[in-house]
Amino acid sequence: MCLAIPARIIELEGDKAVVDAMGNRFKAKTTLLPNVKLGDLVLVHAGFAISQVDEEEAKKTWQLISEIDDYIDTQNKLSG
Amino acid sequence: MIQKIKKAQDMLDATCKAIGRQVNIMEVCGTHTVSIFRSGVRSLLPENLHLLSGPGCPVCVTSQGYIDIVLELAGRDDCIIATYGDMIRVPGKEGSLETKQSKADIRVVLSSEDALQIARENPDKQVVFIAVGFETTTPASAVVVQEAAKDSIDNFSILCGHKLVVPAMRALLSGMNNKIDAFLCPGHVSAIIGYGAFREIVDDFKRPCVVAGFEPLQIIDGLAEICKQLEQGKPELKSLYGAVVTEEGNAVAKQIVNECFEPADGYWRGLGKIEISALGLKSEYSKYDTSKQFGLIEKSSEEIGGCRCGEVLCGLIDPTECALFGKKCTPLKPIGPCMVSSEGACAAWYKYGQHGNK
Ligand code: SF4
Repeated sequence: MCLAIPARIIELEGDKAVVDAMGNRFKAKTTLLPNVKLGDLVLVHAGFAISQVDEEEAKKTWQLISEIDDYIDTQNKLSG
Repeated sequence: MIQKIKKAQDMLDATCKAIGRQVNIMEVCGTHTVSIFRSGVRSLLPENLHLLSGPGCPVCVTSQGYIDIVLELAGRDDCIIATYGDMIRVPGKEGSLETKQSKADIRVVLSSEDALQIARENPDKQVVFIAVGFETTTPASAVVVQEAAKDSIDNFSILCGHKLVVPAMRALLSGMNNKIDAFLCPGHVSAIIGYGAFREIVDDFKRPCVVAGFEPLQIIDGLAEICKQLEQGKPELKSLYGAVVTEEGNAVAKQIVNECFEPADGYWRGLGKIEISALGLKSEYSKYDTSKQFGLIEKSSEEIGGCRCGEVLCGLIDPTECALFGKKCTPLKPIGPCMVSSEGACAAWYKYGQHGNK
Protein backbone atom coordinates (compact mmCIF):
# COMPACT_ATOMS: atom_id res chain seq x y z
CA MET A 1 0.00 0.00 0.00
CA CYS A 2 2.81 2.38 0.46
CA LEU A 3 5.15 2.97 -2.40
CA ALA A 4 8.38 1.13 -1.82
CA ILE A 5 11.27 0.97 -4.23
CA PRO A 6 13.56 -2.04 -4.60
CA ALA A 7 17.21 -1.08 -4.26
CA ARG A 8 20.57 -2.79 -3.82
CA ILE A 9 22.71 -2.09 -0.78
CA ILE A 10 26.03 -0.78 -2.05
CA GLU A 11 27.43 0.66 1.17
CA LEU A 12 26.63 -0.41 4.69
CA GLU A 13 27.87 0.91 8.01
CA GLY A 14 25.91 -0.11 11.09
CA ASP A 15 22.30 0.53 10.07
CA LYS A 16 23.17 3.25 7.58
CA ALA A 17 23.19 2.16 3.98
CA VAL A 18 23.58 3.69 0.58
CA VAL A 19 21.36 1.93 -1.92
CA ASP A 20 21.05 1.94 -5.68
CA ALA A 21 17.78 1.76 -7.58
CA MET A 22 18.07 1.92 -11.36
CA GLY A 23 21.19 4.02 -11.09
CA ASN A 24 19.75 6.41 -8.52
CA ARG A 25 21.66 6.36 -5.28
CA PHE A 26 20.22 7.39 -1.98
CA LYS A 27 20.52 6.84 1.75
CA ALA A 28 18.46 4.24 3.55
CA LYS A 29 18.43 2.87 7.08
CA THR A 30 18.45 -0.86 7.69
CA THR A 31 17.28 -0.65 11.32
CA LEU A 32 14.23 -2.78 10.53
CA LEU A 33 16.26 -5.48 8.75
CA PRO A 34 19.24 -6.07 11.02
CA ASN A 35 20.53 -9.08 9.06
CA VAL A 36 20.99 -7.61 5.61
CA LYS A 37 24.38 -7.61 3.92
CA LEU A 38 26.17 -5.64 1.27
CA GLY A 39 24.72 -6.53 -2.14
CA ASP A 40 21.28 -7.54 -0.82
CA LEU A 41 18.15 -6.25 -2.50
CA VAL A 42 15.68 -4.50 -0.22
CA LEU A 43 12.43 -2.59 -0.56
CA VAL A 44 12.91 0.99 0.62
CA HIS A 45 9.98 3.02 1.88
CA ALA A 46 10.31 6.52 3.38
CA GLY A 47 14.04 6.08 3.86
CA PHE A 48 13.83 2.67 5.54
CA ALA A 49 14.45 -0.80 4.17
CA ILE A 50 11.29 -2.72 5.12
CA SER A 51 11.79 -6.12 3.56
CA GLN A 52 14.14 -8.14 1.43
CA VAL A 53 13.16 -8.85 -2.12
CA ASP A 54 14.40 -11.24 -4.81
CA GLU A 55 16.03 -10.32 -8.08
CA GLU A 56 13.03 -11.15 -10.26
CA GLU A 57 10.58 -9.15 -8.17
CA ALA A 58 12.95 -6.18 -8.05
CA LYS A 59 13.21 -6.18 -11.84
CA LYS A 60 9.44 -6.29 -12.24
CA THR A 61 9.00 -3.36 -9.89
CA TRP A 62 11.76 -1.29 -11.51
CA GLN A 63 10.07 -1.85 -14.83
CA LEU A 64 6.75 -0.75 -13.39
CA ILE A 65 8.23 2.33 -11.74
CA SER A 66 9.98 3.41 -14.90
CA GLU A 67 6.62 3.24 -16.66
CA ILE A 68 4.90 5.47 -14.15
CA ASP A 69 5.72 8.76 -15.76
CA ASP A 70 5.90 10.82 -12.64
CA TYR A 71 8.43 8.59 -10.97
CA ILE A 72 10.72 11.54 -10.27
CA ASP A 73 7.89 13.00 -8.19
CA THR A 74 7.08 9.76 -6.53
CA GLN A 75 10.43 9.54 -4.75
CA ASN A 76 9.20 12.42 -2.78
CA LYS A 77 6.06 10.69 -1.87
CA LEU A 78 4.81 8.84 1.06
CA SER A 79 1.97 7.58 -1.00
CA GLY A 80 -0.65 5.05 -0.15
CA MET B 1 4.24 -11.66 -20.96
CA ILE B 2 1.31 -10.68 -23.19
CA GLN B 3 0.45 -14.36 -23.46
CA LYS B 4 0.49 -14.77 -19.70
CA ILE B 5 -1.75 -11.76 -19.27
CA LYS B 6 -4.11 -13.13 -21.91
CA LYS B 7 -4.31 -16.44 -20.11
CA ALA B 8 -5.00 -14.83 -16.73
CA GLN B 9 -7.55 -12.57 -18.39
CA ASP B 10 -9.35 -15.53 -19.99
CA MET B 11 -9.55 -17.26 -16.64
CA LEU B 12 -10.89 -14.13 -15.03
CA ASP B 13 -13.49 -13.74 -17.78
CA ALA B 14 -14.70 -17.31 -17.41
CA THR B 15 -14.99 -17.07 -13.64
CA CYS B 16 -16.81 -13.76 -13.74
CA LYS B 17 -19.23 -15.16 -16.27
CA ALA B 18 -19.86 -18.12 -13.99
CA ILE B 19 -20.51 -15.81 -11.05
CA GLY B 20 -23.09 -14.08 -13.21
CA ARG B 21 -23.63 -10.90 -11.20
CA GLN B 22 -21.69 -7.72 -10.56
CA VAL B 23 -18.55 -8.35 -8.53
CA ASN B 24 -17.08 -5.49 -6.50
CA ILE B 25 -13.46 -5.81 -5.45
CA MET B 26 -11.81 -3.12 -3.41
CA GLU B 27 -8.10 -2.41 -3.60
CA VAL B 28 -6.90 -0.98 -0.31
CA CYS B 29 -3.66 0.40 -1.55
CA GLY B 30 -2.79 3.59 -3.34
CA THR B 31 0.05 1.98 -5.26
CA HIS B 32 -2.39 -0.63 -6.58
CA THR B 33 -4.72 2.18 -7.63
CA VAL B 34 -2.02 3.96 -9.60
CA SER B 35 -0.71 0.79 -11.16
CA ILE B 36 -4.20 -0.40 -12.13
CA PHE B 37 -4.95 2.90 -13.86
CA ARG B 38 -1.53 3.46 -15.35
CA SER B 39 -1.27 0.04 -16.90
CA GLY B 40 -4.79 0.02 -18.24
CA VAL B 41 -5.73 -3.09 -16.24
CA ARG B 42 -9.28 -1.76 -15.94
CA SER B 43 -9.80 -1.96 -19.68
CA LEU B 44 -8.95 -5.68 -19.58
CA LEU B 45 -11.54 -6.58 -16.99
CA PRO B 46 -14.82 -8.35 -17.63
CA GLU B 47 -17.81 -6.06 -17.67
CA ASN B 48 -19.32 -7.31 -14.45
CA LEU B 49 -16.10 -6.81 -12.46
CA HIS B 50 -16.03 -3.45 -10.75
CA LEU B 51 -12.95 -2.16 -8.95
CA LEU B 52 -13.35 0.18 -6.02
CA SER B 53 -10.45 2.26 -4.72
CA GLY B 54 -10.56 2.06 -0.96
CA PRO B 55 -9.04 4.12 1.83
CA GLY B 56 -5.51 3.15 0.86
CA CYS B 57 -3.88 6.49 0.47
CA PRO B 58 -2.81 7.97 3.81
CA VAL B 59 -3.11 11.49 2.49
CA CYS B 60 -6.70 10.93 1.38
CA VAL B 61 -7.88 9.51 4.69
CA THR B 62 -6.25 12.16 6.87
CA SER B 63 -9.05 14.08 8.52
CA GLN B 64 -9.71 17.73 8.08
CA GLY B 65 -9.23 18.17 11.84
CA TYR B 66 -5.66 16.88 11.59
CA ILE B 67 -4.87 19.20 8.67
CA ASP B 68 -6.25 22.13 10.65
CA ILE B 69 -3.86 21.34 13.52
CA VAL B 70 -0.98 21.18 11.07
CA LEU B 71 -1.93 24.57 9.68
CA GLU B 72 -2.21 26.01 13.18
CA LEU B 73 1.30 24.80 14.01
CA ALA B 74 2.61 26.18 10.74
CA GLY B 75 1.37 29.58 11.86
CA ARG B 76 3.71 29.62 14.87
CA ASP B 77 7.10 31.36 14.72
CA ASP B 78 8.78 28.83 16.98
CA CYS B 79 8.00 25.78 14.83
CA ILE B 80 9.52 24.13 11.83
CA ILE B 81 7.14 21.72 10.10
CA ALA B 82 8.79 18.70 8.51
CA THR B 83 6.50 16.75 6.23
CA TYR B 84 6.41 14.16 3.49
CA GLY B 85 5.80 15.90 0.18
CA ASP B 86 2.28 14.60 -0.44
CA MET B 87 0.84 16.44 2.52
CA ILE B 88 1.66 19.99 1.56
CA ARG B 89 -1.19 20.49 -0.88
CA VAL B 90 -3.97 18.96 1.18
CA PRO B 91 -6.56 21.65 1.78
CA GLY B 92 -7.75 22.47 5.29
CA LYS B 93 -10.28 25.03 6.39
CA GLU B 94 -7.88 27.86 5.62
CA GLY B 95 -5.59 26.99 2.78
CA SER B 96 -2.90 24.30 2.74
CA LEU B 97 0.72 24.09 3.87
CA GLU B 98 1.62 25.13 0.36
CA THR B 99 -0.31 28.37 0.60
CA LYS B 100 1.26 29.02 4.01
CA GLN B 101 4.75 28.27 2.79
CA SER B 102 5.76 31.87 2.26
CA LYS B 103 5.22 32.71 5.93
CA ALA B 104 5.96 29.49 7.77
CA ASP B 105 9.06 27.31 7.88
CA ILE B 106 7.91 24.14 6.13
CA ARG B 107 10.42 21.55 4.99
CA VAL B 108 9.63 18.63 2.74
CA VAL B 109 11.51 15.51 3.83
CA LEU B 110 11.94 12.09 2.26
CA SER B 111 12.33 10.34 5.56
CA SER B 112 11.64 10.75 9.26
CA GLU B 113 15.42 10.69 9.73
CA ASP B 114 15.70 13.94 7.79
CA ALA B 115 13.15 15.52 10.11
CA LEU B 116 15.18 14.53 13.16
CA GLN B 117 18.28 15.91 11.49
CA ILE B 118 16.53 19.29 11.07
CA ALA B 119 15.87 19.23 14.83
CA ARG B 120 19.55 18.57 15.52
CA GLU B 121 20.52 21.50 13.32
CA ASN B 122 17.94 23.93 14.75
CA PRO B 123 18.09 23.60 18.53
CA ASP B 124 16.25 26.91 19.06
CA LYS B 125 13.15 25.74 17.14
CA GLN B 126 10.53 23.08 17.79
CA VAL B 127 10.59 20.67 14.89
CA VAL B 128 7.25 18.97 14.30
CA PHE B 129 7.19 15.91 12.07
CA ILE B 130 3.88 15.29 10.32
CA ALA B 131 3.72 11.57 11.01
CA VAL B 132 1.05 10.14 8.72
CA GLY B 133 0.90 6.81 6.99
CA PHE B 134 -0.20 3.25 7.46
CA GLU B 135 1.74 0.34 8.91
CA THR B 136 4.41 0.60 6.21
CA THR B 137 5.38 4.07 7.35
CA THR B 138 4.87 3.82 11.10
CA PRO B 139 8.14 2.00 11.87
CA ALA B 140 10.08 4.94 10.39
CA SER B 141 8.42 7.24 12.94
CA ALA B 142 9.03 4.80 15.79
CA VAL B 143 12.74 4.57 14.98
CA VAL B 144 13.26 8.34 15.11
CA VAL B 145 11.25 8.78 18.30
CA GLN B 146 13.50 6.22 19.95
CA GLU B 147 16.55 7.90 18.47
CA ALA B 148 15.43 11.31 19.73
CA ALA B 149 14.94 9.83 23.20
CA LYS B 150 18.33 8.12 23.14
CA ASP B 151 20.14 11.29 22.02
CA SER B 152 18.01 13.56 24.23
CA ILE B 153 16.83 15.73 21.37
CA ASP B 154 14.15 17.73 23.11
CA ASN B 155 13.03 20.05 20.33
CA PHE B 156 11.59 17.23 18.21
CA SER B 157 8.09 15.81 18.26
CA ILE B 158 5.71 13.97 15.98
CA LEU B 159 2.09 14.84 15.25
CA CYS B 160 0.93 11.27 15.25
CA GLY B 161 -1.60 10.52 12.53
CA HIS B 162 -0.65 6.89 11.89
CA LYS B 163 -3.51 4.62 11.00
CA LEU B 164 -4.24 0.91 10.86
CA VAL B 165 -5.60 -0.79 7.77
CA VAL B 166 -7.49 -3.77 9.19
CA PRO B 167 -9.81 -1.73 11.48
CA ALA B 168 -10.70 0.47 8.48
CA MET B 169 -11.58 -2.61 6.42
CA ARG B 170 -13.75 -3.85 9.29
CA ALA B 171 -15.48 -0.47 9.49
CA LEU B 172 -16.17 -0.49 5.76
CA LEU B 173 -17.70 -3.94 5.91
CA SER B 174 -19.77 -3.05 8.95
CA GLY B 175 -21.13 0.03 7.18
CA MET B 176 -24.57 0.01 5.68
CA ASN B 177 -24.84 -0.25 1.91
CA ASN B 178 -21.34 -1.51 1.46
CA LYS B 179 -21.04 -3.49 -1.70
CA ILE B 180 -17.58 -4.91 -1.20
CA ASP B 181 -17.30 -8.58 -2.16
CA ALA B 182 -13.57 -8.97 -1.56
CA PHE B 183 -10.31 -7.18 -0.95
CA LEU B 184 -7.14 -6.98 -2.96
CA CYS B 185 -4.89 -6.47 0.04
CA PRO B 186 -2.00 -4.03 0.26
CA GLY B 187 1.42 -5.52 -0.51
CA HIS B 188 3.72 -3.20 1.36
CA VAL B 189 1.60 -2.95 4.48
CA SER B 190 1.68 -6.74 4.48
CA ALA B 191 5.47 -6.68 4.31
CA ILE B 192 5.34 -5.19 7.82
CA ILE B 193 2.26 -6.72 9.47
CA GLY B 194 2.31 -10.01 7.56
CA TYR B 195 -0.54 -11.29 5.43
CA GLY B 196 -1.80 -13.23 8.45
CA ALA B 197 -3.19 -9.93 9.76
CA PHE B 198 -6.04 -10.11 7.25
CA ARG B 199 -7.26 -13.50 8.45
CA GLU B 200 -9.82 -11.88 10.75
CA ILE B 201 -11.53 -10.27 7.76
CA VAL B 202 -11.91 -13.66 6.08
CA ASP B 203 -13.04 -15.35 9.29
CA ASP B 204 -15.41 -12.67 10.57
CA PHE B 205 -16.83 -11.27 7.32
CA LYS B 206 -16.38 -14.18 4.90
CA ARG B 207 -14.70 -12.02 2.27
CA PRO B 208 -11.74 -13.22 0.21
CA CYS B 209 -8.50 -11.37 1.02
CA VAL B 210 -5.69 -11.73 -1.48
CA VAL B 211 -2.32 -9.98 -1.30
CA ALA B 212 -0.82 -9.32 -4.71
CA GLY B 213 2.13 -7.49 -6.22
CA PHE B 214 1.82 -4.30 -8.22
CA GLU B 215 2.67 -5.31 -11.72
CA PRO B 216 -0.31 -5.79 -14.13
CA LEU B 217 -0.02 -9.58 -14.36
CA GLN B 218 0.25 -9.87 -10.58
CA ILE B 219 -2.85 -7.72 -10.19
CA ILE B 220 -4.88 -9.73 -12.72
CA ASP B 221 -3.73 -12.96 -11.07
CA GLY B 222 -4.87 -11.54 -7.74
CA LEU B 223 -8.28 -10.64 -9.15
CA ALA B 224 -8.61 -14.06 -10.79
CA GLU B 225 -7.83 -15.77 -7.47
CA ILE B 226 -10.46 -13.65 -5.72
CA CYS B 227 -13.09 -14.42 -8.37
CA LYS B 228 -12.30 -18.11 -8.20
CA GLN B 229 -12.95 -18.04 -4.46
CA LEU B 230 -16.17 -16.10 -4.95
CA GLU B 231 -17.38 -18.53 -7.57
CA GLN B 232 -16.68 -21.49 -5.31
CA GLY B 233 -18.15 -19.69 -2.33
CA LYS B 234 -14.96 -20.31 -0.37
CA PRO B 235 -13.43 -17.07 0.90
CA GLU B 236 -9.79 -17.53 1.80
CA LEU B 237 -6.70 -15.68 2.81
CA LYS B 238 -3.95 -15.91 0.25
CA SER B 239 -0.72 -14.15 -0.61
CA LEU B 240 0.49 -14.17 -4.19
CA TYR B 241 3.30 -11.82 -3.26
CA GLY B 242 5.67 -14.37 -1.80
CA ALA B 243 8.78 -12.54 -2.93
CA VAL B 244 8.12 -9.77 -0.44
CA VAL B 245 5.46 -10.81 2.04
CA THR B 246 5.47 -13.49 4.74
CA GLU B 247 2.63 -14.55 7.00
CA GLU B 248 4.24 -12.93 10.07
CA GLY B 249 5.70 -9.84 8.44
CA ASN B 250 8.71 -7.96 9.77
CA ALA B 251 9.11 -8.91 13.43
CA VAL B 252 11.73 -6.24 14.16
CA ALA B 253 9.52 -3.49 12.76
CA LYS B 254 6.47 -4.73 14.66
CA GLN B 255 8.47 -4.81 17.89
CA ILE B 256 9.78 -1.25 17.50
CA VAL B 257 6.28 0.01 16.73
CA ASN B 258 4.91 -1.78 19.81
CA GLU B 259 7.58 -0.22 21.99
CA CYS B 260 6.58 3.31 20.97
CA PHE B 261 2.91 3.23 20.10
CA GLU B 262 -0.35 1.93 21.47
CA PRO B 263 -3.72 1.54 19.77
CA ALA B 264 -5.95 4.61 19.86
CA ASP B 265 -9.17 5.84 18.28
CA GLY B 266 -8.69 7.45 14.91
CA TYR B 267 -10.48 10.03 12.82
CA TRP B 268 -10.73 9.11 9.14
CA ARG B 269 -11.92 11.26 6.32
CA GLY B 270 -15.13 9.75 5.10
CA LEU B 271 -15.23 7.02 7.69
CA GLY B 272 -15.36 9.30 10.73
CA LYS B 273 -14.16 8.11 14.10
CA ILE B 274 -13.20 4.46 14.20
CA GLU B 275 -12.35 2.87 17.51
CA ILE B 276 -8.83 1.50 17.85
CA SER B 277 -7.93 2.29 14.26
CA ALA B 278 -4.95 4.52 14.87
CA LEU B 279 -1.81 4.68 16.95
CA GLY B 280 -0.80 7.07 19.69
CA LEU B 281 2.58 7.45 21.37
CA LYS B 282 2.94 5.57 24.65
CA SER B 283 3.13 7.72 27.77
CA GLU B 284 6.86 7.18 28.20
CA TYR B 285 7.34 8.99 24.90
CA SER B 286 4.80 11.76 25.52
CA LYS B 287 7.63 14.30 25.42
CA TYR B 288 7.79 13.59 21.71
CA ASP B 289 4.06 13.85 21.17
CA THR B 290 3.26 17.17 19.47
CA SER B 291 -0.39 17.14 20.51
CA LYS B 292 0.55 16.68 24.20
CA GLN B 293 3.31 19.27 24.01
CA PHE B 294 1.15 21.92 22.48
CA GLY B 295 -2.12 20.81 24.06
CA LEU B 296 -3.83 20.17 20.74
CA ILE B 297 -6.80 17.89 20.33
CA GLU B 298 -7.95 16.62 16.98
CA LYS B 299 -11.61 17.34 16.58
CA SER B 300 -13.80 15.69 14.09
CA SER B 301 -14.64 18.46 11.71
CA GLU B 302 -16.82 19.08 8.78
CA GLU B 303 -15.36 18.43 5.44
CA ILE B 304 -15.16 20.81 2.57
CA GLY B 305 -18.53 21.57 1.07
CA GLY B 306 -19.47 19.49 -1.93
CA CYS B 307 -16.45 17.19 -1.74
CA ARG B 308 -17.55 13.57 -1.72
CA CYS B 309 -14.15 12.04 -0.92
CA GLY B 310 -15.71 10.20 1.99
CA GLU B 311 -18.08 8.29 -0.24
CA VAL B 312 -15.33 7.69 -2.81
CA LEU B 313 -13.07 6.23 -0.11
CA CYS B 314 -15.83 3.92 1.09
CA GLY B 315 -16.42 2.64 -2.42
CA LEU B 316 -19.98 4.01 -2.42
CA ILE B 317 -19.56 6.21 -5.48
CA ASP B 318 -17.11 6.54 -8.34
CA PRO B 319 -15.25 9.89 -8.51
CA THR B 320 -17.18 10.98 -11.59
CA GLU B 321 -20.36 10.97 -9.52
CA CYS B 322 -19.02 13.99 -7.61
CA ALA B 323 -20.37 17.15 -9.21
CA LEU B 324 -17.06 18.95 -8.70
CA PHE B 325 -14.98 16.26 -10.42
CA GLY B 326 -13.00 17.65 -13.34
CA LYS B 327 -14.79 20.97 -13.12
CA LYS B 328 -14.04 22.85 -9.92
CA CYS B 329 -11.78 20.07 -8.71
CA THR B 330 -8.71 19.05 -10.72
CA PRO B 331 -5.19 17.95 -9.73
CA LEU B 332 -3.98 21.52 -10.28
CA LYS B 333 -6.72 22.96 -8.10
CA PRO B 334 -7.74 20.12 -5.83
CA ILE B 335 -10.69 20.59 -3.52
CA GLY B 336 -10.45 17.32 -1.67
CA PRO B 337 -7.52 15.09 -0.75
CA CYS B 338 -8.50 12.34 -3.19
CA MET B 339 -7.53 14.75 -5.94
CA VAL B 340 -4.32 15.92 -4.22
CA SER B 341 -2.42 12.72 -3.88
CA SER B 342 -1.28 11.04 -7.07
CA GLU B 343 -2.58 7.86 -5.44
CA GLY B 344 -6.01 9.25 -4.73
CA ALA B 345 -8.91 7.74 -6.64
CA CYS B 346 -10.11 11.09 -8.02
CA ALA B 347 -6.65 12.02 -9.30
CA ALA B 348 -6.24 8.61 -10.94
CA TRP B 349 -9.64 8.84 -12.68
CA TYR B 350 -8.85 12.36 -13.81
CA LYS B 351 -5.42 11.53 -15.12
CA TYR B 352 -6.06 8.18 -16.73
CA GLY B 353 -9.79 8.14 -17.40
CA GLN B 354 -12.29 5.67 -16.08
CA HIS B 355 -10.69 2.70 -17.79
CA GLY B 356 -7.11 3.73 -17.19
CA ASN B 357 -4.20 4.46 -19.49
CA LYS B 358 -5.92 7.36 -21.27
S1 SF4 C 1 -13.59 15.15 -7.29
FE1 SF4 C 1 -12.64 16.54 -5.82
S2 SF4 C 1 -14.32 17.35 -4.62
FE2 SF4 C 1 -15.10 15.53 -5.68
S3 SF4 C 1 -14.78 13.84 -4.24
FE3 SF4 C 1 -12.95 13.93 -5.52
S4 SF4 C 1 -11.52 15.23 -4.39
FE4 SF4 C 1 -13.57 15.58 -3.49
